[in-house]
Amino acid sequence: MRLLATVAALGLALVLTLLVFGLPVADSLRLLGEGAFGDKFGISRTLAKATPLLLTGLGMVIAWRAGMYNIGGEGQLIVGAIGGAAVAAALMGKVVGPVLNPLILAAAMAAGAMWSGFAGWLQVARGVPAVISTILLNFVAIQLLAWTVQGPLRRSDGGLPQTVPLPADTMLLKFDRQLDLHFGLVIAVVAVLLVTAFLYGTRSGFRLRLVGASPTAARANRIPSERVAIGSMMLSGALCGLAGGVEYTGITGTLGTGFPQGWGFLAIPVALLGGLHPLGVLLSGLYFGALFAGSENLARFSTGGTTLIYVIQAAAVLAVVALAPRAKPAKIKEAAA
Amino acid sequence: MNDVIQIWQFAIPIALAAVGEVVSQRSGVLNIGLEGTMLGGAFVAAYVGLTTGQPWLGLTAGIVVGLLASLLQAWFVLVRAADQVVAGTAINLLALGVTGTLFRKAFGESGQLLSVPTLPKFDGLDAVMLATPIIAVLAAASLRRTGWGLLTRASGEYPTAVEAEGFSVRRLRLGAMAIGGALAGAAGAYLSVGIVGSFAENMTQGRGFVAIALVTFGRWHPIAAVGAGFLMGGLEWLQFKLQAQGGGQIPFQLLLALPYLAALAVLVVGAKGTRGPAALGQPLQRDA
Repeated sequence: MRLLATVAALGLALVLTLLVFGLPVADSLRLLGEGAFGDKFGISRTLAKATPLLLTGLGMVIAWRAGMYNIGGEGQLIVGAIGGAAVAAALMGKVVGPVLNPLILAAAMAAGAMWSGFAGWLQVARGVPAVISTILLNFVAIQLLAWTVQGPLRRSDGGLPQTVPLPADTMLLKFDRQLDLHFGLVIAVVAVLLVTAFLYGTRSGFRLRLVGASPTAARANRIPSERVAIGSMMLSGALCGLAGGVEYTGITGTLGTGFPQGWGFLAIPVALLGGLHPLGVLLSGLYFGALFAGSENLARFSTGGTTLIYVIQAAAVLAVVALAPRAKPAKIKEAAA
Repeated sequence: MNDVIQIWQFAIPIALAAVGEVVSQRSGVLNIGLEGTMLGGAFVAAYVGLTTGQPWLGLTAGIVVGLLASLLQAWFVLVRAADQVVAGTAINLLALGVTGTLFRKAFGESGQLLSVPTLPKFDGLDAVMLATPIIAVLAAASLRRTGWGLLTRASGEYPTAVEAEGFSVRRLRLGAMAIGGALAGAAGAYLSVGIVGSFAENMTQGRGFVAIALVTFGRWHPIAAVGAGFLMGGLEWLQFKLQAQGGGQIPFQLLLALPYLAALAVLVVGAKGTRGPAALGQPLQRDA
C-alpha cells in the first residue's frame, strides 16, 4: 500500500513538473525512458548515476533512523574524496593499483566519518544541532576542496587545477570498456544488504533504531544514546565518504572543483522516498539514477536539465509527505518490542 | 564611514532573515526552508525588478513569494503535521530547482549577466537598511509585551496549554510562519535588488542557514539576532577587503569559508546551555 502510494506520488510529481514547466509530457517521458533504458548505454548510465545515490542515501537512512538530521552528505562525500586523493597522492607509484584502490576507498570512508562524527560530537557535547552544523560544514568542505586542488594536491604539470589523474589500474574495475558502469555498483548493492542486516539483524542496529524512535525508551533501557548518536553519524559519513571515493575511482579519476555533483545533497530525498529503509533506498536510488540518466535527453526541450530534476525530487518528497498517514503510532509499538 | 555603511548593507539579508526565523521558532516552528525561501525571493525580485524597471515592485514581489513559500510549508507542517526538517529541506530543493530552471529558461544556459535596477540610496543608505533595526525592535517588543506575543511564545513552549485556553496553536504558528516567510522573502529580495543588482543561480549561498545558526546564537531574541547579523556583515566586508588587497598570506578559499566557520564557532561557543522553545520542531498532534 505504502509502496503503491509512493509510486503514484512519484509519477504525479514527474508529470506535474513537466506540465508546470510547459514541456510536452508524452514526448518528454519517452525521451527520459530512452535515455535511461533505451540501450545498454542508457542502462549503464542509469546504474552508474544510481551508484553514489545508493551509498549516500544509505548514509542518510542510518543517521536519520537514529534521530540525527544529517544534511551534510555533500560535505562528507567531498571530504571523503579529498581523503582518498590524499592517500592516492602519497602512495601512487609506490603501491600497485589493485592494492591502492581499496586503500583510497578506506581513506575516503575514514575522512567522511571524521567530518560527520565531528558534527555528531558537536550536538552531543556542545548542544549544536547537527541539522545546522552539517549544513555549514558542507560549505566549508566545498572551499576545502577548492583549496586542495589548487594548492597541495594540484597536479604539477601546469594543467587545470585538479589532482593527478589516477592510472587505469587504480580505477575500479569496469565490466565493459565502452560503458561508465563500474564495480562501484556492486559495492553499493553489497552496502544495501549490509545496512539492512545491520539495522534489522543486529543488537546495535536495534539500539540505533530505538534511540531514533523513542529516546525515552532508549534511556529507560540504559542505551548510551549519545554514543549511538555519534556512532550513527560516523557510519553515515563513512558511507557518504565511500560514495565520494567510489565516484573518484570509478568515474572521474581526478578531483577538481567541479567534482561534487550534488549526490550527497540529493541523498536526502532518495532516503525519504525510500521510506528511510535500505531496501527502499535501493528502489528510489535506481529511480533517480534513471531520471538523471534520462534527463540528458531532455535537453532538446529544456535547458533546465539537472535543475529540473531538483524540482521533480522536491515535488516527489512533498507529494509523499502529503500522502503519508498523519499519526505515527508505530513509535510506541517499536519501543515495546 | 563608507565601511560602516557597507557592513550595514551586507548585514541586512542575514539579519532580516534571522529576525523572521526568531519569530517562527518562538512559535515552535523550525524553518529549515529559510534558505530556499530567500532564494525564491531573490529570483522573483530580480525578475520583476528587471521587467518593470521598478526595484520596489521587485522587493514587494519578493515578500509575496516569501509569504507563499511559508504558506506552502505551513500546509505540510501544520495541517499534515509533517516533519519540519523534511518539509523545509524539500522547500530548499524546490527553490533551487525552480529558480535554476526558470533562470536558465529566461536568460539562457550560462545566464547572461543581468543588470537589475537597485533601490534608491541616500548617502549610501536605503529604506530597507533603516527599516531592519526598527523591524527587530518591533518584533522584540511585540513578542515580549503584547498578548499576541505571549500566545505565540506559549505555542512554542507549551502548545497544549494554549489549546486548553481555547486558542488555536495552528493559527498562531501560521501567523508566525507568515512573518518569517515575508521577512525571508524580503531578505532574499534585498540581496538581488538591494545589494547586487543581479541574480545568479543559488545566489543566497547558504545565508539562510547562517541566519538559522544566528537565531540560536542570539538566544531567540530578535535584536541579538540582528546584532549577530552585523557580525556576519562585517565578515563579508572583510572578505572583500582582503580579496581586493590580494589576500596576502591567507588563501582566499579560507576567506570564502569564513562566514560558515564563524557561524559554526558562535554555535560552539554560544549553544551550550541555551534552551530554545521547548516545543521547537515538534508537530502539533491534536487528535493523536
